[in-house]
Amino acid sequence: MIRLLFTIIAGVLLGGVVHLVSVLALPRIATQDAYSRLTPLTKLNAVTQLPPADPSNIVMPFVDPAFAVAVCRYDLSGGPIKLTVPVSQAYTSVSFYTRNEVAYYAINDRSAGKKVIELDLMTEAQHNDLPEDEEITAADRLIIDSPTATGLIVLKALAPEPGLMPQAQASLAASSCAEQADQPAKQAEAPRGKR
Amino acid sequence: MRLLLITLLALLVATVVGLGATWMTATRGTDLGTLTIGAWTARPKTGTSDVDPYSRATITRNGELPIGTGDGVAFTATTDDRKKPLDGRCDVVVSGVTPAARFWTLTLYDQKGHLVANTLQRYGFTSQEIVRGADGGFEIRVASRSRAGNWLPTGGIERYALMFRLYDTPVGVATRTQRDAPMPQIATAGCP
Repeated sequence: MIRLLFTIIAGVLLGGVVHLVSVLALPRIATQDAYSRLTPLTKLNAVTQLPPADPSNIVMPFVDPAFAVAVCRYDLSGGPIKLTVPVSQAYTSVSFYTRNEVAYYAINDRSAGKKVIELDLMTEAQHNDLPEDEEITAADRLIIDSPTATGLIVLKALAPEPGLMPQAQASLAASSCAEQADQPAKQAEAPRGKR
Repeated sequence: MRLLLITLLALLVATVVGLGATWMTATRGTDLGTLTIGAWTARPKTGTSDVDPYSRATITRNGELPIGTGDGVAFTATTDDRKKPLDGRCDVVVSGVTPAARFWTLTLYDQKGHLVANTLQRYGFTSQEIVRGADGGFEIRVASRSRAGNWLPTGGIERYALMFRLYDTPVGVATRTQRDAPMPQIATAGCP
């Protein structure tokens, strides 16, 4: 009897370990996460508009239907990414997610303070490799460090009324997300060519 | 033989307890880092890099993308102010004041987080399209049948969730109480 009790206590304790390990492992082993869902729908290192949120067409749960949404699925192993998003009339935001959907950075049109949100996305190693004189221009070039080499950039433009949805989509259609080509101070890497 | 049986039993208990607890926390969520105001609950930390492991597990399991802190914050309600679960066959009134934000949206989802089909193709309201009273206050009626004013159709489903999202707002990780973020009231007005 005592032995059975010990067995169950040992089992429960071991269960706690199983619980902790499985919670920590879940983000890595989940196959239906947002990145996997968006992979067949989006192009790599390019902006893809998602269809408007609709009950018959569900890509992800809890999507705000008031927004036009576009996604840039990025891979920084080929070099930093340059992102330009023209600001829409109402509200525009850009959110960055790692491969495992950690929202590590988000910015909206007002905090960007300009008509066009311009960002450079790179890994920390690529940021450290930047020549020193790049820092002069860093004031008007926002540099974001990505914790992972791959991930998602989500561009959102608000349609305050359903009738304004085409306008919001049009402003996202003018945005771009591509590997950097034009960097005057980085002559050494220039021959890599466009895109 | 006896030892083997006992070891197997211990391992079985460990698997059931461990995976059961993981499943429970991943589907129902935990109270870690939640901000509750009235019937509304938000997890502002899910939009930052220091998101807790339980929220991460829930997010990846559901396949959703949390709203980033620099973008806004999302509040969810599954009950009214009196803790009665939101019923799509009843009339529910969302009214009152909202926290400071450039825009807000109110959206209705089923329990899986999907939009609910309706003939009007209305899935929510934005702060700009809402019809307000003379004093600037608003009242949204969430009901299965057509209502005057701001009608948000439920499609008659039994259980639903309301999501209130604030964009470009000071509400976030530092918010603690109703005074920092006065959220609208939710009241069940009547059931057929």
